[in-house]
Parts: sequence; structure tokens; C-alpha cells
Amino acid sequence: MSKADELREVMRTEGAAIAENTQAFNEGRYESVADLEDYEELKSEARAIKEDAIERLPELLDELTETVEENGGTVYLADDAEDANAYIRDVVDDREAERVVKSKSMTSEEIEVNDALKADDVDVVETDLGEWVLQVADEAPSHIVAPAIHKSREAIAELFNEVFDPEEPLETAQELTHFAREKLGEQIVDAEVGITGANFLAADTGTMALVTSEGNARKTVAATDTQITVAGVEKIVPSVGDLDPFIELIGRSGTGQDITSYVSLLTPPVDTPVVDFEDDETPLSEFDSDREFHLVLIDNGRMAMREDDQLRETLYCIRCSACSNSCANFQSVGGHAFGGETYSGGIATGWEAGIEGLDVAEEFNDLCTGCTRCVNACPVEIDIPWINTVVRDRINREGERPADWLVDGLVPDEEDEGAPLQKRFFGNFETVAKLGSTTAPLSNWLADTSASRWAMSWALDIDPRRDLPTFERETLVEWAGKRDSTVSDPERRAVLYLDLYTNHVQVDRGKAAVRALEALGVDVVVPEAPSSGRAPLSQGMVATAQDHAERVVDSLSPHVEDGRDIVVVEPSDHALFQREYEKLLDSAAFTDLAENSYEVLEYVYGLLDNGADGSALTTAEGDEIAYHSHCQQRTLGLEAHTVAVLEECGYNVVTSDVECCGMAGSFGYKGDYYEVSMDVGDRLRGQLQAEGVRDRPVVASGTSCLEQIDSLLERQPRHPVELLVD
Amino acid sequence: MATTDTSFERALDELGVSVTRAESDTVREQIEETAIAPAIGVPLAETFGDTAFSLAETSVEVDPTPATLRDATTGVTGAQLGIADYGTLVLSLTERASELVSLFVERHVAVVRAADVVGEMDAAIEELDAEFSETRGSAILATGPSATADMGALVKGAHGPKEVHVVLVEEGE
Repeated sequence: MSKADELREVMRTEGAAIAENTQAFNEGRYESVADLEDYEELKSEARAIKEDAIERLPELLDELTETVEENGGTVYLADDAEDANAYIRDVVDDREAERVVKSKSMTSEEIEVNDALKADDVDVVETDLGEWVLQVADEAPSHIVAPAIHKSREAIAELFNEVFDPEEPLETAQELTHFAREKLGEQIVDAEVGITGANFLAADTGTMALVTSEGNARKTVAATDTQITVAGVEKIVPSVGDLDPFIELIGRSGTGQDITSYVSLLTPPVDTPVVDFEDDETPLSEFDSDREFHLVLIDNGRMAMREDDQLRETLYCIRCSACSNSCANFQSVGGHAFGGETYSGGIATGWEAGIEGLDVAEEFNDLCTGCTRCVNACPVEIDIPWINTVVRDRINREGERPADWLVDGLVPDEEDEGAPLQKRFFGNFETVAKLGSTTAPLSNWLADTSASRWAMSWALDIDPRRDLPTFERETLVEWAGKRDSTVSDPERRAVLYLDLYTNHVQVDRGKAAVRALEALGVDVVVPEAPSSGRAPLSQGMVATAQDHAERVVDSLSPHVEDGRDIVVVEPSDHALFQREYEKLLDSAAFTDLAENSYEVLEYVYGLLDNGADGSALTTAEGDEIAYHSHCQQRTLGLEAHTVAVLEECGYNVVTSDVECCGMAGSFGYKGDYYEVSMDVGDRLRGQLQAEGVRDRPVVASGTSCLEQIDSLLERQPRHPVELLVD
Repeated sequence: MATTDTSFERALDELGVSVTRAESDTVREQIEETAIAPAIGVPLAETFGDTAFSLAETSVEVDPTPATLRDATTGVTGAQLGIADYGTLVLSLTERASELVSLFVERHVAVVRAADVVGEMDAAIEELDAEFSETRGSAILATGPSATADMGALVKGAHGPKEVHVVLVEEGE
């Protein structure tokens, strides 16, 4: 099956349940973290604890081993899955166990311990209800926290009724839960060995934290006499005292619960007596608590990730699922498409690259569009899009360089090695755009002929259902060069930084930006400038992006030295200046650029806030409009500025709250992803077509968003700056 | 500390956990009233180190057998701490099987001293950190009833209790 077919199939069969559940988790997260006064401080605290713990991991590993052994447990450090499973099989075999009950653990999924034990004829029972549903259905988890999120209640009822054939068919969630509780309850008390994961392990006392809601982990430990805990080595923190920020953040960040029902802080072996549930006479207190505890710590690539400057951050992950739930693409396709062997969602690229290898990460890594909506959601402040970019870069370099003959000359390229053709086309859009304007309207006419559409579809996999950009013959730079400034005594002076679209395609919004700034007393220059590098970066072409970044600095820094502010029209370029350039430039150059640049409406907001005369702008009298902010702009907290300016100008504004429009730069142009892009876009369409919104003109800040909205609606959207100088 | 236990009560209320207040000498009465039979329990002195807290002369069976555990509707235990901002109970795991009594039942009745209610999570964690360093002990932070959404809608009472009731004890000055 082609990629597009696979994605279509997963959206058809699982999309509705995935969308409903992930969006509910995501909304829950927003509400729940809003109640925390010190949310940002807690995240920074959590981050600092993880940074420190991974830095000191070898030392903490030794300390934990010592304390667990002092407590009467055993520690086994397994190199890989096979090593871990061999040890676990021995423990189960020594105990002569016929049944092993398990509470939910992604790490145990990673090593596939169930299969290893089944080979020894051990009955392995998942006790987490979601995991159990999947065990009955013989399916893989689609979400790291809520594994059966892709199955609706109806589908679970159908499954249970078919497999178990109960006297009365099961229907409601209550009935299904009760049925599972009874069935599993019997199996838990009958088991000899309990396997758990661990969310955190405290080195100084040997205490483990288990974050759960159902109570199955508690039962798994309490009702068996042999506890095996499987955990990645990255789960170690120095002490129980370090757990506070994680306990406060993990449930809120994941499913939007302030805290889960149970956080077990266990220092095994625990004092709970080991009860023979068949014995009806003996008081519970008379059973002794003769318990065994085995902690199996898994390396499986983690110690190498720790040495890897780019993948190390992955080890800070606390598996909360915020990056999955806040991801527009994940909301459409779920973890069966957006995931690898074990892990799913944005952070999975780091895990799978480190644990399984680049080939596994490659299968789903393109589903991260770099929209950054997960960045603020992550409770340990991992730059998840950056990990995706880096891994994409490594994948590009690993592959062979295909079809050089077609690309060379058309798109000169900084990447010496192997980015695939399509990635290099989108990554070098600068050259395409320049060529487009030089030859417009011929280029527009040519692009639309069926022969060239066919060639694009064949060679570049540009989806034929997408409109291609129409290049303007006169670029914005040329237009600006021919006119004189209308400001004689400027309040401020600015340099307008143009993206390729504003310069070559959406020239009108660039003109509107110049006019609006001039109306507020700003002297504006519009120089020719290199493109930002957003396009190559999103294709994982880091070296090319770095070259762009350096050239952008070279071209803009003289203007900054000259006292000009940098005003950026395209939010994704502005975000690059504020965020990703930090990874691409030396720190002085980055700071200088970041501190002096503003998104255009943010700048207008600043001017008005500092006393500029807003009456010079076009004002409205309560005209109703709908505004869709850009994903990266929202991550930077800059949606509010646009809304405030529009309201100041007299507009009645409603805003969308979808995480992303779905276009995400070149993503929505690609044949493989067109339908995912439209499915994501459909949620935005729903909001823009809602009662009370459907008649409002639409404004949007991002180029991609404008393209996407244009294809979603009859109404043609505009950039908000255009409303200011109508 | 009136504000702390008021906010504890408010948090419990949001979780659907009912609360009754008691004085030292009315604890037994309150337990009797809220423990739906058949009820089992662990001696409260184990949590509070104070013989004033006792389940004697109540219908609660102290030191149950596996059979009475299986049949019980209510399990009564003490909680060593309450955490006001989350409505969390800190339950210890004792040799008298408090873990089984609070978990394998439909209704958990927890007795908490108002003086043991701390305001915030970090205060409770600090306290447990200090305690565990000494004792290498264990505790469950239990917040509301057991719950799951894995079957397509939120259901209370997954593997653990579906109801939790708190008896909040104010001791005389």
C-alpha cells in the first residue's frame, strides 16, 4: 500500500475515535494547566531535575542499585530487549509461575516481554483495561497513555460480545468496565508474578512512582508475591523530593486530569501481606509479607542517546502524551500511523531513532510538520520539532541521492548529501520562486498545463488537487524600490523582512504592510533579502538552513546597526528568528536578530501601545471577522496582539482554536499527505463554517494558512494587515 | 488552619468524595454511619499511633479474612495526610493489609485528622521524602475513586473503589 493509501485507511477506520479522544485530552490540558499559578515554574523545575539526572545518570544508577539491594530487592541492568527478557523469564521460571499479571508499561511493550513469556507457556494478562482490550483484540497501542484510544465503545462492545459471549450482551461503558473488572480481578488474585513499569525511580531510597487511575497497578503489586518492575534507565531521579513537579504536571499535561486517581510511591518489597485468596479462615494480618522484588533497568540504546547532543533531550520525556494530543496530524491519524515500533506522537521520533534506528523513525517522522504546538505543551520543555528536524536531516544524509540530473541546475543546493528530490525542491523554494517571478506569467501558465502538473506529480509528488502559487511579475522589492516613503519625520525606522511568498506571490499583503507602517509614522525600507531557511529546515536540510540563517544575519544586521527594527510578515519566519535560529547561529548573532525583530501585527500593536495615532489606519464599525492565527505565532504567544489591533480598529473578532490549519508549509502539497492535510483542515473549516462565523470574512496570518483556507472555503481569506489600509 | 481543611473539603467535593466532620469522640459514630455493611477495616491506631482512634464497638470487622475481604462493601482505613489543593489522601501500606482493605472494596472510608491536612502537594512530598529516607516506606497518593475512560466513557470504579468517603477529625485544643 502506498503511504497515502495507508493514511487514508487509518483515518477511515480509526480517525473519528482518535480525533474525539485526543481533542478532549488536549482541551482538558488547557483547562487543567490554567489552574496552576506556577505552571511555567513547575515545567522549568521538572526540566532542570531531568537535565541533572541524565547528566549524573551513571552515578544515580549505582546509587539506586545500592538502595534497592539494601531494601532486599535485586537490580538487573539489561543491555537490550533480549537480555531483559532472558532475565525476566528466569525469574518467572524460578517462581514456577503459571500466570503473570501486568500493569501498563510502555517499556515492557518496547521489549515485547509478553511474547517472550508466552513462548514459555506462561499466561500473561494485561490488567490495564485499555491494554486488555488490545490484548483481546490482538492489536497494538495507538497512544502511549490511552492505548485503545482508536476503539470506540461500540467497537469494544462488539469485540467483547463476540469473544466472551456473555449471557446479556454488553453495551454501556459501565457494563464493559464492570465485566472487565470482574474477569481481571479473578486473574489478578490467582497470579504469582506482577510486572509493572515505573514512571520515576528515586535513587536515594529505591522508591518507584507509578501513575495510574484504575488501581490495577496497586492490585498487581499487592496480590502477587513476586514483583518485576521494568523501566528505562532514564526514569531515575535523585530523590522522592524531586517528584513534586512531575506529580503535578503529568496528568494535567496528558489527559487533562489535575492528578490521576493513584500515584503509588512504592519502596519494594512492600509490607502488604501476601494473602492466599483461597484461604477463608486466616486473618489478613497473619499472612507474612514474604515478597521478592526485581528491578530490570533497560538500556536498549539509551546510554548512547545520552551521549548524543541532539537526541539526549528525548530522555527527559515523561511519556505524558501531550505532544500527541496537541498535534494536529496525530489528532487525525493516531499512533498507528504516527508512531514506530513502540512509541507514538512527536517525541516518538527521538525514541524510535535512539532505540530502533533511523529506518523506523523514517516511517512516520514526516508527519511532524514543525508546527511547534507541542513545544509549550511539553512539561519538560523538550524541543520536539527540533528532534524531528535533526532526525530527518540524518535520514536524508543516510539515503542515496536520487535523480541528481533532474534537480541540479534547477535548485542549487547547499546540501552535499542526499536529501530526496521532493525535499530538495521544497527546501529550495527560493530558487523556484525567483525563477517564477522572472518568467511570470509564462511560469504560471506552464505550471498549470497538464503536462507539467503530471511531471510535478511524478517527479516531486506534488498533489494534483492543490493549486500552485501564481507568481507576480513585479516583486514587492521592485515595487518598493520605485516609490518614495510617505513619512518625512519618522517616529521609528524599520526594515521589512520579506518571505518569498510576500515578495513573489502575495505581493498585496506586503504593500499593505508598508502602507500600514507608514501610516503610523514608520520609515520602511524593503531590501532584497535571502529567504529565512524555513523551507529547507522543514525538509530536514539543516546545513542549508544554517547557510540561509547566516546570510539573513549578514543582510539584516547592518539595518539593525543603523537603528532599524526588523518587521517580519510571515509568522513562520518570525518564529525561526525567535526560536530555531538559536540552534543555527552563534549566540550573539541570534540574540541581536531575535531581540530586534517583530511580527508585523505585533509591531503595529507596539506602535499603538506607545502612542501612535491609530486613526491613521482604516477603521471599522463593529464589522464581524474571523481570525485564524498561525501555529508558530501562537506558540510564541503572539495571537493576542493581532486580535487586539483588529479590535482597536473596530472589528468584532472571533478566533479559531484548532492547533494547526493542516497545510504546514509544503506538507499539504505532498501527494502522500494531501488527505491528512485536508482532514486536519476540516476541523478549521468546521469552526469557520459554524453558526455565527460562517458569514464573517476570514483573515489569517500565515502564508500556508491562507492557502489552506482558500482551498477549504468559498470565501477568500486575507492577511490581517490588509484590513488596516483598505 | 481552617482555610486548609475548607479547601481540602472543596477539592474532595469536586472529586465526588463525600466528607463528614467528626470530633475525637464522635469518630466511631461517623464511621458507623458512613460504612455501608458489610464493612471491614484496619485498626486506626496503626495510622495515628493513638488508641483514641479505634474501631472497637463498631460493626466494622477489624482484621478480616480473605473471605470477608471479598464480600466487603466498605473498607475503613486511616490516611496519614490529606493534601488540600488536590483532595488527595496519603495512604500507607501496612502489615495489616491496609492496601487490600482500601483497594479491594467498592467503598473506601478514610479517616483523616484535620491537623494532618497540608495545603499543597510539594509539602506532602517533602514530608514523605523525609519519612522514606528514614523508613524506606511506601504510600499511595489516592485522589478520588478509581476510574477509567478506556471503555469509551468515564466510569468510576475500575479496579478499585467506586466511592470514597472521608471522615475529617477535628481534635479539641
